[in-house]
Amino acid sequence: MAELVTVRLTVNGVAREGRCEPRKLLVDFLREDLQLTGTHVGCEHGICGACTILLNGQAARSCIMLAVQADGAELVTVEGLMQNGKLHPLQEAFREHHALQCGFCTPGMLLTALDLLRTNPAPTEAEIREGLSAVLCRCTGYQGIVNAVRAAARTPGGPAGA
Amino acid sequence: MKPAQFDYHAPTSVDEALALLQRYAGDAKILAGGQSLVPLLNFRLSRPAALVDLNRIPALAYIKEEGGQVRLGAMTRQRTIEFSPVVKERLPLLGEATRWVGHLPIRTRGTIGGSIAHADPSAEYPAVLTALAGEVVARGPKGERVIAAKDLFQTYLTTSLGADEILVEVRIPAMPAGAGYALEEFARRHGDFAIVGIAAMIVRQGPRCTVARLATAGAGPVPLRLRAAEEILERDGLGEAAIEAAARRAAELVSPDGDIHASADYRRHLTGVLTKRAITRALGVARG
Repeated sequence: MAELVTVRLTVNGVAREGRCEPRKLLVDFLREDLQLTGTHVGCEHGICGACTILLNGQAARSCIMLAVQADGAELVTVEGLMQNGKLHPLQEAFREHHALQCGFCTPGMLLTALDLLRTNPAPTEAEIREGLSAVLCRCTGYQGIVNAVRAAARTPGGPAGA
Repeated sequence: MKPAQFDYHAPTSVDEALALLQRYAGDAKILAGGQSLVPLLNFRLSRPAALVDLNRIPALAYIKEEGGQVRLGAMTRQRTIEFSPVVKERLPLLGEATRWVGHLPIRTRGTIGGSIAHADPSAEYPAVLTALAGEVVARGPKGERVIAAKDLFQTYLTTSLGADEILVEVRIPAMPAGAGYALEEFARRHGDFAIVGIAAMIVRQGPRCTVARLATAGAGPVPLRLRAAEEILERDGLGEAAIEAAARRAAELVSPDGDIHASADYRRHLTGVLTKRAITRALGVARG
């Protein structure tokens, strides 16, 4: 067993800490050490986007980053979107527009879309599709997801605030 | 699919990182953005004894103008480049190319130095560096040296950087005001690696073309400057016939390999088609 490292970080506003090998991927650290299983492991090589989280406010793949690299960082995972028992406006839009079937890609879709809308609050459909090309969905054919992101962009107050 | 064991080091200065590289004498890998290296670690295609992580060296992330060049620290994130006013103003071709680099979350982590040092033949940044005749600064135990783009890329995933050297800075000559530019690329899905891409810059004076720059991605083992095609434009101007001739010449200049994604013939064909599109679109945005 290799030497363990201590990882201290903030996840969804809460200070967390764990010890792991340096080779531990961030997504596995979130799921196994912090029991935050909302972030999904798909391809494990940075293609499918299911493991996307917000790292210091920006969307990033947690399967191609080491947990030790996130020491000191602020993360948002899908568990952090709901506030006071209420779905995030983007989650509401996903429900309203049937933007998920099996739900496996949904955490990655939500967090990728949040970063897209943060940097481009009124995207065109083409820009939404380009942004969401970062995440693979095998159920929906994407139309519902695109509709949901468009609707969320038009929500008063916008989807910001995650 | 999990990485094999490695020693992990996160130095806070380049000197410290260089000392670590020396200590492992070729068995350490430099970790920049990790968007290509960590997948290789996950597959265990790469099993280095140690990782030297540059992400805790803040001095390696900057964008500044100096000596007619835009200088970018090796650890400058692609997402930072995408939104940089300096890049937008002085290196719009690099800005446009950035939109083609991976996907949004990849660009959050991915760096310009990592992309160039990785030297994937179908990557966009090496093509832009080649088109604009940029250079990189490498620091090693014996000090710094400057390597021109044409001397950097040797073959697939291979550069002239030594195992004990770190690429610390990328230098690209600022584009002349009013220069036209375009990055044309064909990929199966936006964000995938290019099957073929063409980076183009055009400086025009009326119907004349004073400077033409063309370079490939994905059309061979290294990015290729299409000098003979550039010369056609600089000699014959920017009329339809000259553009056609330059595109034909471009297709003749490349010797692509075929692979699972596309045959050699198809890549050569694409080189001509995309060269024409890139010149035409560059012409549309050129002033002068």
